This record gives sequence, structure tokens and C-alpha cells, in this order.
Amino acid sequence: MRIWAYGDDINTDMLFPGKYTYTCAKPDEIKPHLLEDLDPEFAKEVQPGDIVFAGKNFGCGSSREQPVVGLKAVGIEAIVARSYARIFYRAAINQGLLLIECPDAVTAYKPGLPVQLHLKESSITVGEQTFKFPTLPPEILAIRDAGGLLAYTRARLRAKAGAK
Amino acid sequence: MPMTFAEKVLSRKAGKTSARAGDLVTCKPDRLLMHDNAAAITDKVAKDMAEFGIANPEQPVIVLDHVIPASDEKTATSHKKIREFVRKYGIKHFFDIGTGVCHQVMVEKGLILPGMLAVGSDSHTCSYGAVNAFATGIDRTEAASLLLTGETWFKVPETIRITLKGRLPEMVSAKDLILTIIGKVGADGADYCSVEFWGDIANLTIDDRFTIANMGVEMGAKNAVFPVDEITKGYLQEIGVKRMSWNPEWADDGATYRQELSWNMAEVVPAIAVPHKVDKYKPVTELAGLEIQQCLIGTCTNGRASDLAVAAGILCGKKVSASTRLLILPASRAELEKALDSGDIQALVSAGAVLLPPGCGPCLGAHQGCLAPGERCLSTSNRNFKGRMGCKDAEIYLASPATVAATALTGRITDPREVA
Repeated sequence: MRIWAYGDDINTDMLFPGKYTYTCAKPDEIKPHLLEDLDPEFAKEVQPGDIVFAGKNFGCGSSREQPVVGLKAVGIEAIVARSYARIFYRAAINQGLLLIECPDAVTAYKPGLPVQLHLKESSITVGEQTFKFPTLPPEILAIRDAGGLLAYTRARLRAKAGAK
Repeated sequence: MPMTFAEKVLSRKAGKTSARAGDLVTCKPDRLLMHDNAAAITDKVAKDMAEFGIANPEQPVIVLDHVIPASDEKTATSHKKIREFVRKYGIKHFFDIGTGVCHQVMVEKGLILPGMLAVGSDSHTCSYGAVNAFATGIDRTEAASLLLTGETWFKVPETIRITLKGRLPEMVSAKDLILTIIGKVGADGADYCSVEFWGDIANLTIDDRFTIANMGVEMGAKNAVFPVDEITKGYLQEIGVKRMSWNPEWADDGATYRQELSWNMAEVVPAIAVPHKVDKYKPVTELAGLEIQQCLIGTCTNGRASDLAVAAGILCGKKVSASTRLLILPASRAELEKALDSGDIQALVSAGAVLLPPGCGPCLGAHQGCLAPGERCLSTSNRNFKGRMGCKDAEIYLASPATVAATALTGRITDPREVA
């Protein structure tokens, strides 16, 4: 498992350049361009189970969802940041991508330190230190846990149609 | 308990007597905006729409603006798909290429009214706060789900109140004001928050308010909003909206704010946001003389006839410097027509400007006016992110129409107060 660490205010243009926004929508079209203008190594070397660390306001800027779709598709286990921009935060819930808001874990992280996620306990261990992180309200967690918003919506529509 | 604007609109739309900051509510937005991304959005739920239909054909608004006219087969195919979707599902509000940038079109077609709740699959949806709507951006998947259900959840945001005092000086505009505010508040300073602007807003036109609300998202805001006053009423009347059809909201006295800020507009100077973040504020005087290869006046931030008039006032009878190029990108056909009638387009084109069709064009780097490595662009758009205009090794600086026009004359960043 590899940690990819970035700074503050990483915007969605850096995560997925605008010039591809209207020609790439499917995961396989998105993957080669992920983080293209931020870290050209990322798309080549990222592996399922990797974690992204970042500073404040991660995912600010455009509402394009390709960064979230792409990060989910390459198997990023979670993003750990000081804070997130709200459209990105919501897009991650809708794609079932785990975002962890934990400034202390970001401060504790230094390159080379081992990182372990404990999902059941909602905590993360960085080096020797373990930090609790906040979880989503149950009604929102239900969307993420359904596998994302469309799966959640489909289940609701089917239940409604079945009830008639 | 006194409520903020956001609390009031979201309470009403959720059918509750009182929703407080932090509460989760479910609402049916009055409008759902999509643009060229409607092709990808409808693709996600094509089968579901066939099975369940769409929730409300009056809710979606589709405006083709991002890559227009189509730049290649792929974008042309997306546009074709969208036109077919509009016909098949009887989408009531559809605007084909050339009508304008979606945000300008939403407001000028009377589709956004005071007190409305609007969502859009575009981050600059927050613009509609200029006419007192609660408007916020969402991702494509959320838009797809809304097509099926017509409703979604909202977390009621905390609110920051910004009091604007006084009047902007000559050759200083709403763009300079909002760049100054974002420079102070920071790119994340209003994350998850509603931002209420009030105070001496009688000194700001609807166009000014549009520029300010448009950039709310650049400080992280969920929405940015102005109260309704005589200027709003005059504007809505001008575009043919009937008074009975709207329901303005404003915060109660004594509402709870996360933060209260105040700005003296008389102290604002021409401002520039330097690469690669919108909150990297500098007064124009610190950058005067910097060579600029491309100037862009327009976009949903500053592409209205009033912006083009300021530019024409500076460039009329003169020539764009041979060391730079000037692109004009009107916000909509209606705004372009106003600028044609006034003679401002004639003045700009005669001065050497290149006129682009009303749309998003170079702002997002998909086509039209991409930059080359090592080039600098001075733009009236809302983002200066790395790679934004198609090239990661180029630089984008943001400024007002007056500063960009003054710079087009010299090919170097120029204080508009010097050429006025």
C-alpha cells in the first residue's frame, strides 16, 4: 500500500484536466489522465488499496466528477485530508468513495511512516499515533453503503414500484 | 428563533417550520441545471428513465454552452444525444448553442426567481444568488438521480454575513471587490457555508451582484446571495417576470452567523489573482508591466454588455497591442445583442479583438483560445488554476474587464486608472 501525499487547495483541474471533461466520462477513459497536471507518476503507478493524503480544501473548483469516479476506479481505499470542498465531498458519497476528514492525521503524517485504517473503529493509525475520525450521519452513510447514489436511488424506486 | 436566508429557504422547501444549520433536509429543487454534461448524466440513467420515467420535465434546464459549436465528432455526438433526450422526454427548458453561458441564460430567461431553490451540475450555479435564489453546484451523479426522483438532501449550511459599505471608486469594479474579498477570506474560508451579502448594495448593479455571487464558490461557499431590492425588481421587470410569481427571502434580524465581515468598497483598488489560486490577491500596481500574451474579456463572470462597454470605453478608436491578442466572449446572445446595439462590439472588433460565440470557450481549456507553454493570460474569468486553459505550463491571471482592456492596449499588465 502506497501513500500519495499532496498539499492544500488541490483543485479538480489538477485532479482531472478540464480539457478532457467533455470527452471522457467512463472510468477507463478517465484513469490515464488522473492527477495529470499534479503528479504524472500517479496514473502509472497507483495500485488498489493506496491512500491519498492532502491538506485543506481538497477537491475545490469545478463540479466535474471524473476525479472521484477515477480515484474510486483505480481502487483508492480512502482520502485523508484536513478538509474538503463541498461538491467533491458530496460527489464522493455519491460514488461510494471514503473521505476521511482528520487534520491531526495529516499533521502526523511524514513520508515513510506506516499508515493503517481501522474502518470499524473509525480510526486511522499514522506511525505510532491513532486518531479517531468523524463518521457520516446514518441517512447519508446509507447512500455510500448502497454502493453510491444511483444504486441507492434505484433500490428506492423499485421498492416504491413494488409497493404499488 | 430568527433564521438566516439559507435556513428560511431550506425550511420552506422541506415543508418544515424551522430547519437549523447542521440539519439534514430533503427538498425538491425548483430547477436542475445541466449543460453539455447532460449527455454523460443521461447516459448514467438511460435504462432507469426508460423504466421509471423522469420525475418532473419542468425541473431540468439544459443549456449547450461548454464546447460550442462542437469542436469534434465526440462533442458533436454528445450535443446530438442531448437534443434527442430533450425531444424524447419533453424537457421544457432547452437552449441550444449560441444562447449563452448556462448561468446567464438561467437568469435572463426568467427561470430563476427570488426565493427559489436551484441546483446545477456546474460549480458556478451559485451565481443565481444575484437574484436572491438559493443556488448550489452538484456532481453529475446527483443530477442523474434528480432526473429520476426530483428530490435530494441538503445539509443546512452555517452562514457568513458580509456587509458592503460605501461605493466603489472610478475604474474599480465588482470583480476587484470579490477578488479582494476572496484574497482575505481564502479559497476555503467559506467552505460548506452560505454567504449573505448586504449593506450598501444599492451601489451595485445586478451585473455586479452576478459577478460577486458567481465567484462565491471560489471561497468554498455553498451559495452566495443578495437580498431583493428596487434594483432586483427593476431587472426582473425588464426581463418580463411577473411580480406575483416570486417569493423573496432574507435573513431575520438576530439570525446566527458563523462569521460577520465588513468591507469598505471605497478602499478597493484594481485587483489581480495570480497563478495558480484565486485567493492569491495582488493589487494591479504590484504587477504593472508584466507581459501578457492573451487577454480574455467575457465568461459568466464578466461577459455582460456592461462589461463589454467598459472595455470598449478603453479600447474605442485605439488598437490592441501587437504583442498580445484579445478575445471577447459574451455571456449570452441577449448580452451580445445589447453590445451590438450600443456599438461596443464594433469598437472592440475594430480595435483588433477576436469575437467568440457566447459560451464557455477558453475558460475551461476544452477549445478556443488554449494557451501555449510559457504564455500568460489575463482573464476576466473566475479560475486561474494550473492547466485550466488547456496547458499546465501556462499562467492565468484574473482581473476586471477594465484592467484586461487596459492591458490589451499595451501588452503588459496596466492599471486601468492610468488609461481612463
